[in-house]
Amino acid sequence: MSKKSFRQAINEALRQEMRRDPRVVLMGEDVAGGAGAAGEDDAWGGVLGVTKGLVGEFGRERVLDTPLSESAYIGAAAGAAATGLRPVAELMFVDFMGVCFDQIFNQAAKFRYMFGGHAVTPMVIRMMYGAGFRAASQHSQCLYPIFTHIPGLKVVIPSSAYEAKGLLIQAIRDDDPVIFMENKVLYDQEEEVPDESYTIPFGEANLTREGSDVTIVGIGRMVQIANAAADTLARQGISCTVIDPRTTSPLDTGSILDSVEETGRLVIVDEASPRCNMATDISALVAQEAFGALRAPIRMVCPPHVPVPFAPNLEDLYVPDAARVEAAVRAVMQHAGKQGARA
Amino acid sequence: MQLNREDLLRAYRTMRIIRDFEERLHVEFATGEIPGFVHLYAGEEASAVGVCMHLGDKDHIASTHRGHGHCIAKGCDVSGMMNEIYGRKAGLCGGKGGSMHIADISKGMLGANGIVGGGPPLICGAALTAKVLKTGGVAIAFLGDGASNQGTTLESYNLASIWKLPAVFVVEDNGYAESTAASYAVAGTQSDRAKGFGMPAQVVDGFDFFAVHEAAGAAIERARAGEGPSLIHVQLSRYYGHFEGDGMTYRGAGEVDRLRNDRDCLKRFRSKVTEAALLDASELDSIDHAVAEQIDTSVRNAKSAPPPTEADLLTDVYVAY
Ligand SMILES: Cc1ncc(C[n+]2csc(CCOP(=O)(O)OP(=O)(O)O)c2C)c(N)n1
Ligand SMILES: [Mg+2]
Repeated sequence: MSKKSFRQAINEALRQEMRRDPRVVLMGEDVAGGAGAAGEDDAWGGVLGVTKGLVGEFGRERVLDTPLSESAYIGAAAGAAATGLRPVAELMFVDFMGVCFDQIFNQAAKFRYMFGGHAVTPMVIRMMYGAGFRAASQHSQCLYPIFTHIPGLKVVIPSSAYEAKGLLIQAIRDDDPVIFMENKVLYDQEEEVPDESYTIPFGEANLTREGSDVTIVGIGRMVQIANAAADTLARQGISCTVIDPRTTSPLDTGSILDSVEETGRLVIVDEASPRCNMATDISALVAQEAFGALRAPIRMVCPPHVPVPFAPNLEDLYVPDAARVEAAVRAVMQHAGKQGARA
Repeated sequence: MQLNREDLLRAYRTMRIIRDFEERLHVEFATGEIPGFVHLYAGEEASAVGVCMHLGDKDHIASTHRGHGHCIAKGCDVSGMMNEIYGRKAGLCGGKGGSMHIADISKGMLGANGIVGGGPPLICGAALTAKVLKTGGVAIAFLGDGASNQGTTLESYNLASIWKLPAVFVVEDNGYAESTAASYAVAGTQSDRAKGFGMPAQVVDGFDFFAVHEAAGAAIERARAGEGPSLIHVQLSRYYGHFEGDGMTYRGAGEVDRLRNDRDCLKRFRSKVTEAALLDASELDSIDHAVAEQIDTSVRNAKSAPPPTEADLLTDVYVAY
């Protein structure tokens, strides 16, 4: 056990799995860097240095720098997965899914079903998501609801370094195509992470806070925002459960419903655009399955329905923060509704 | 197109503005005041200016993430650009776009682009508009060696060819896509690719304004005459990292210094026009001074300009909703 950053945790997961299984290969733009150039090999290790050092250990046979051709190499990862490799492809920013989405959602995601259960496509596509980098509209989106929407894909959104390592190792060992979303604001964040390899199963939520008044579900980095809000609220006498679903597909519906049955109040914090996102999906689930338990309307804390702005002051307004979560929790606590009837 | 004195002065001034703009941003970025990702065009000025000298407001260009030079060459307001890069309300895009999304549609500038390979299809569209509406306009896609490997680019070559669009694809080959060398990532040659799609291609030295200007003139004339698209492979180099903050360890020792000393487009332009007695060195010096002052003022103003207001967050998503 030692302190490791989110970035190091991911690097270590990749390294350990590549050591364990020679079929695991990495590919992506500048995942090593310096290909064909006169200077340093391994010059980049990915745009934010996450895969740095891996080419030194595994060589360019297994750490493949690609041309700027996402359709070709993401599709190649799918084809390689279906024929015996276990590729981990890096798309860099999720925003670039637009140029290669067919290979993900019409090809990789559907092989198994279309081919009558005969295909196995063990691939992972890693990508960065999220606002906070002043990177503007085409480099700051979340977009995981779009992947979650596609049957055949699994979608993993780690909320911390510990989570990232265990979930990525699980993703690489998983036999289905997995979308692995990394919030770029988290890369430098450190926490205790075991040195040995470990897995965290998909579809099992993590309760990061336990309380009796309100259930807060956070997605990815928003788990940390939810935790911060819950801690502040706890000091003010409001006790919250915070649920990190870890994976949006599969989604641990049981943990969410059980908690709402106890608290009767639900706030969901989702950084994705507010229409058809995880917050609306989980709201629909709870409205259908636990309507009787609800003591107040569900609250969704999401950005407005606009692209991510560039100007720092606007971007800060855009992303949900702890103050907005606290306000939503207070609002559900103050809701008069059925409180009396229930008591 | 024959270049008269005015043209030469304009070409030099525009290249100088781009150079100073970028060198100043390099310095200012290091102070931490400039938000986001910034990709500098310094070193490549002769390409944008050599091409855009042939264009007017009815002609369109699509740019890249490395877009400041194209914007300036196409006539975007320099202080509006600086304000945009600082995330100010007075920016060309109201502070909502930033460096990677500077645009001015009224100038025929369809935007820098955060998506590599985003521009070429748009340029097919702009060329189609020119053709259908008979505006006499042409449309130019600037794209990098990296972008030349993007499916959207190759599909655009084909589309422009079969529709005989008034389009020109300017491949700015600076040898790298991020840290990956074009010698590794690009199969075949840019001009053979063009030929594969039935387009003529020219290869030019991108440090030489006059070479770019001449090649672009021929390609644009051809497009305006309704003879279809073509490609120009401009060989050049960037002086700074892929983006600000890139340590450039992948480049060979002394690579940039050599280029700056031996091949620089501004130095080369200056010696050519002064040796041929087309312009006076003192005229060029006074341009240098005026530009330095202009950039200084634009930075000073941008630093103290107000950011967008909170209400701006929600505006301009749709025309009507
Ligand atoms: C579709 C897409 N893939 C990847 C990127 C990340 N990226 C931005 S610029 C760049 C390299 C572009 O190289 P090139 O086209 O040669 O232009 P240059 O930077 O050299 O001007 C990459 C990989 C992106 N912005 N969009
Ligand atoms: Mg390049």
